[in-house]
Amino acid sequence: MTVTDELLSYDDAVAAYDPVMGLEVHVELNTASKMFCGCSTEFGADPNTQVCPVCLGLPGSLPVINRTAVESAIRIGLALSCEIAPWCRFARKNYFYPDMPKNFQTSQYDEPIAFDGWTELDVDGELFRIGIERAHMEEDTGKSLHVGGSTGRIHGAQYSLVDYNRAGIPLIEIVTKPIEGAVAKAPAVARAYVAHLRELLLALGVSDVRMEQGSLRCDVNLSLRPHGQDAYGLRTETKNVNSLRSVERAVRYEICRQAAALAAGDRVVQETRHWHEDTGVTTSGRSKEQAEDYRYFPEPDLVPLAPSREWIGELRATLPEPPREHRARLQAEWGFSDLEMRDVVGAGALLSIEQTVAAGSTPQAARKWWLSELARRANEQGVELTALPITPGQVAEVQGLVDAGRVNDKLAREVLDGVLAGEGTPEEVVTARGLEVVSDDAALGTAVDRAIEANPDVAEKVRGGKTAAAGALIGAVMKEMRGQADASRVRELILERLS
Amino acid sequence: MPDEPASITRDEVAYLARLARIDLTDEELDHLAPQLAVILESVAAVKEVAAQDIEPTSHAVPLTNVFRDDEVRPCLTAEEALAGAPDADQSRFRVPRILDEEA
Ligand SMILES: [Zn+2]
Repeated sequence: MTVTDELLSYDDAVAAYDPVMGLEVHVELNTASKMFCGCSTEFGADPNTQVCPVCLGLPGSLPVINRTAVESAIRIGLALSCEIAPWCRFARKNYFYPDMPKNFQTSQYDEPIAFDGWTELDVDGELFRIGIERAHMEEDTGKSLHVGGSTGRIHGAQYSLVDYNRAGIPLIEIVTKPIEGAVAKAPAVARAYVAHLRELLLALGVSDVRMEQGSLRCDVNLSLRPHGQDAYGLRTETKNVNSLRSVERAVRYEICRQAAALAAGDRVVQETRHWHEDTGVTTSGRSKEQAEDYRYFPEPDLVPLAPSREWIGELRATLPEPPREHRARLQAEWGFSDLEMRDVVGAGALLSIEQTVAAGSTPQAARKWWLSELARRANEQGVELTALPITPGQVAEVQGLVDAGRVNDKLAREVLDGVLAGEGTPEEVVTARGLEVVSDDAALGTAVDRAIEANPDVAEKVRGGKTAAAGALIGAVMKEMRGQADASRVRELILERLS
Repeated sequence: MPDEPASITRDEVAYLARLARIDLTDEELDHLAPQLAVILESVAAVKEVAAQDIEPTSHAVPLTNVFRDDEVRPCLTAEEALAGAPDADQSRFRVPRILDEEA
């Protein structure tokens, strides 16, 4: 059943209705081992090679909590200005779906480790305060492959194949309070919030936050109400929104779709919807008219957590500088204008530039590479900037080659191409592709002599004192050397010969 | 937990059975619903003893903060992991199609 939903134009939608959002972000922690067992969490292993009796839910196995995962959860809670529960338990969330071999997911229910916090973010120069409802611990599920049927999707599949390597990896679910008052900026606020969380989690060092690998996933709850009305409208929960760009698009789409329904006098169906990255639409999933009954109860195999004040104090001392102060400090250190800084943050390039500078590049050069060349390539490939297969260290190395005069800008771009194509480090690409600038006088001298011989008129002008005319000769040499000549040395050689 | 009536109806048993993916016939429901109701009534007797100021017990041993260090331990091999599976394919657990009820 495919129904094309009616959409109201975005301007009309926000003129008539006030969107209220709730964002649920799942973050995979970067612990070495799983939440309740010692299995490795390494990404990309062969199926079912990182499993044990605990994460397979075999009879008689007992889970034991990973201390580092709890520390990460508390640090995330503190960074979001949350209260930390002095005592809390895990709970079993019972459901039958083969992505959890135990027939339940170990999660937290009404006793989250962290609750009632807030965080602040900048959206186009306007400050938004986002309330945090809770941050709780749980475990990730396995991955299903649906076989049969034409689409590879769950509907029409004949059977499913399940890999439990991911089952049991520690997850933190961060839930906002209702976000109100953003109106037309709602899509931008949603995106900025997820970008802000990403930055914060990276600074905490608790997750790799690789959206393209699924280590940060977002569900968007959205409802509309007429302006001036207090009561919330019926909401939808859109799942599977897994990139910054998608968060913005999905919010915008749901605003236009729900507004069309309301404007036509229909009601919004409270349901789960699925986001489709390729077509940019959401489609109806399971109806939530009847709320799921997960029959939560306290996990009997895990004893309660009771983080002491001392422990929480020690963890608080390890918190990094808050993102806004961090940005302000970097801006001052780098001497960037507000506009330049906004572009950097908007492109999600702050950390990459910081690390490139730490690897020895100047801030200006780091900004140039990340925001022009690399941003363009990421855009062409439709991926996040940080998903490009190049490290800040390698970008600094490319700039180092430019500074040392070994490559010029044009060649440096080719070096980037090589690194992105997986041909190795910048140095390896320079060698393999033969990209080094020629500054050897013998080789250059031959080309210079040929250029002078081929352009006697120009040579005469230069001899007559018009040194500006040398540009044409330099161009001829560069052309012969296919751009790989050291231009300043060529100029010197030309002027020596024609003086 | 809110106070719940110490009894269970046949419809509630049928609902729980569906949640737990247990296929009960009408005869089995007729047979089991009253039995479950008797068990619940017996457990409810405990409520009369427990005063309001006694927290529900979730753990028999008064322990908190039992942790392990974040260290990787050897896992099973895929062959070992799949040894007990009713069906396997491409090193994965093969399970019947999902969502027949929800689709
Ligand atoms: Zn395990």
